[in-house]
Amino acid sequence: MATPVHTNANVPTGQPPKPQRPTRSRWSRFIHSSRTAPYVFVLPFLLSFALFFAYPVISTVIMSFQEVLPGITTYVGLENYKDLINPTFGKAILNSVLYTLLTLVVLIPLPLVLAVLLNSPKMPGRGLFRSVMFIPALTSVVVAGTIFRLMFGELDGSLMNSLLGAFGLEPYKWLMNANTGFLALIVLALWRWLGVNMLYYMSGLQNIPPELYEAAQIDGASRFDSFWRITIPMLKPVTIYVFTISIYAGLSMFTESYMLWNGNNSPNDIGLTIVGYLYRQGLEQNSMGFGAAVGIVLLVFTLLLNLVQLKFFGLFRKED
Amino acid sequence: MLLRRKSMALMLMAVVLLAGLLQGCSGKADEQDGPGTELVLWTFNELHEKFFLQMADQWNQLHPDEPIILKANTFPYDNHHSKLSIALQSGVGAPDIADIEVNKIGNFLKGIPQLVPLNPVIDPELKNIVPSRVQIYGKDGKYYGIDFHVGAEVMYYNKEILDQAGVNPDSIVTWADYAASGKQVLAKTGKPMATVETNDLWNYWPMISQQKSDFLDDKGQLTLDNETNIKTLEFLQQMVKDKIAIPAPGGGHHMEEYYGFMNKGGAASVWMPMWYMGRFTDYMPDLKGKIIIRPLPAWEKGGSRSAGMGGTGTVVTNQSKHQDLAMRFLAFAKLSKQGNVEIWKQLGFDPIRSEVWTMPEVKAKNKFTDYFGTNIFDTLIEVKDEINAVHIGPKTPDIASAVRNKILYRTLLNGEDPATVLHELADELR
Repeated sequence: MATPVHTNANVPTGQPPKPQRPTRSRWSRFIHSSRTAPYVFVLPFLLSFALFFAYPVISTVIMSFQEVLPGITTYVGLENYKDLINPTFGKAILNSVLYTLLTLVVLIPLPLVLAVLLNSPKMPGRGLFRSVMFIPALTSVVVAGTIFRLMFGELDGSLMNSLLGAFGLEPYKWLMNANTGFLALIVLALWRWLGVNMLYYMSGLQNIPPELYEAAQIDGASRFDSFWRITIPMLKPVTIYVFTISIYAGLSMFTESYMLWNGNNSPNDIGLTIVGYLYRQGLEQNSMGFGAAVGIVLLVFTLLLNLVQLKFFGLFRKED
Repeated sequence: MLLRRKSMALMLMAVVLLAGLLQGCSGKADEQDGPGTELVLWTFNELHEKFFLQMADQWNQLHPDEPIILKANTFPYDNHHSKLSIALQSGVGAPDIADIEVNKIGNFLKGIPQLVPLNPVIDPELKNIVPSRVQIYGKDGKYYGIDFHVGAEVMYYNKEILDQAGVNPDSIVTWADYAASGKQVLAKTGKPMATVETNDLWNYWPMISQQKSDFLDDKGQLTLDNETNIKTLEFLQQMVKDKIAIPAPGGGHHMEEYYGFMNKGGAASVWMPMWYMGRFTDYMPDLKGKIIIRPLPAWEKGGSRSAGMGGTGTVVTNQSKHQDLAMRFLAFAKLSKQGNVEIWKQLGFDPIRSEVWTMPEVKAKNKFTDYFGTNIFDTLIEVKDEINAVHIGPKTPDIASAVRNKILYRTLLNGEDPATVLHELADELR
């Protein structure tokens, strides 16, 4: 940046004006420099990234090769990773993957269909339904988990058993059985996230030009054809986004299971997830090194899975 | 310039607001007023907090020359232990005094314990207290924690149901008698004799402890799948198969479902430690006057009729700047005669100082004597020499988790073979 030259009005004419020293200090010049400004602007991000992401990740990687005991820390090489090969961790991975798959199966098509319905001007009370569907997302998962635990309680009076009773069926121990326990988990996820995913799809629907539907109508396309050949392809970016965050959310699920079983101790570990196992080892059993190894495996696993699905959806392909 | 001032003012306001907000979030500890040395206490039980605050008041009256200001915080159980463990691992932020539950103490005894050995106050009192209640918080001859109670396991019988079935509780001497009486209760009333936990340890662990067995031996070696433990689990499973016992509704004796079931007279008895009395008085009010306390059945005539179960050790951390004062206050609260009487009066626990059991103070009317009668301590005195020490070690949290989540569920609810399940889990833990 060129330094402006100030002229002094009091200087008698006839003498060449003396160039004045710039009034700005070095510091001022530094922060007003167009070369440094970008760095100054990105510095807060870089600092917070380094402090809250890079540093913990690097520490976790180091810790995963250590045995961390109170007062003593020793390097154990790959010991923690070797110990990960055990049936309990296997079960945790299986549960997390199953949960993720099941949430994907329900939490993509249902919000999509609901969004299309609620986007139609012919739908009565759509404003009300939009708000009602979104309210669960605002509810704390701790409260929701507790309510679902009571709903799926094993006494005759719990909501689910009252429903069974209405059909003349015996009360059931919902949370003691792997299948029905998972059902409760999925229903909870559906109840909480349906509205949010619906909102993503609705914003996607607003961006589809109405002319496309008009043109299709003129060409004689049925409603289903329009939905299948216009709505779904046009919503692909939203679907990829919902898919990606659902994979992440599914694999990192912990609080729902913790609340539903009143702690990290579900019968026969039917609700144990990868994060639950990390919590159990790292905090409940005070094996920080082993917990760190679980965390690294989860990180790599989630990263790989998301990369594969993004590749599959062609997100890395060059734009046409 | 004006703009800059304005933005400065706005920023200042934002900082002040944020600080106020953070202050609001941080919560406030309960504490005393007045001058004195500040001691911070963390616990996971609100009643423990109240007890310590009251003991601090008593301390200040008796020690006007060195008063303390106790700042007490109660956190949820898991939260509390995790917070404490991280504070001790990282070397900053730990309180002076903290409660550690017996199933969690193993974590804190790993490596070099970051706790202060309490031997200077415990050693002189060892002959007056039940020694196992400090030994479970010990390592290499050092004691790091002092328990609130003996945790003597007893049988709570519902006298009304037993009378209907024509069973005299005093004639039940052995577990075989108990099972036989159970059959009679089931036949006459259609009700189960007992409920058993499938998500906690307070039924299975005392049964093996009575036979001098345990999950770990005195050297810390895993004995989870030894012959006694297998036989005992088979016995429990048989009672469930015979419908003499049913898995506790909700999985354990601390569940809403269970309280509701039992309060309506769901089962004729339940065996739990003496500290469970508070759950009866608070959550099963309809059983008032119907519940009687008796020793556990023995495995053979003359065998042990109780076991010391559960407990919360209070520790002093090595980060405390007033370790000596904290230790002496802790001894006053949990080892002194005065403190032990208060433990009974306020918390309804069987205190670890045995001379207190015969004092008139423990016969005085309170909500526990109203509910169970005045002879509660007679049972404790009867079985006091029949309580074997349990072995606690670094592996205890892991074992407790396996027994809670898998072993009891798979054998008692799913009907799998106890020997197979115990061997499988023991191999995994080794």
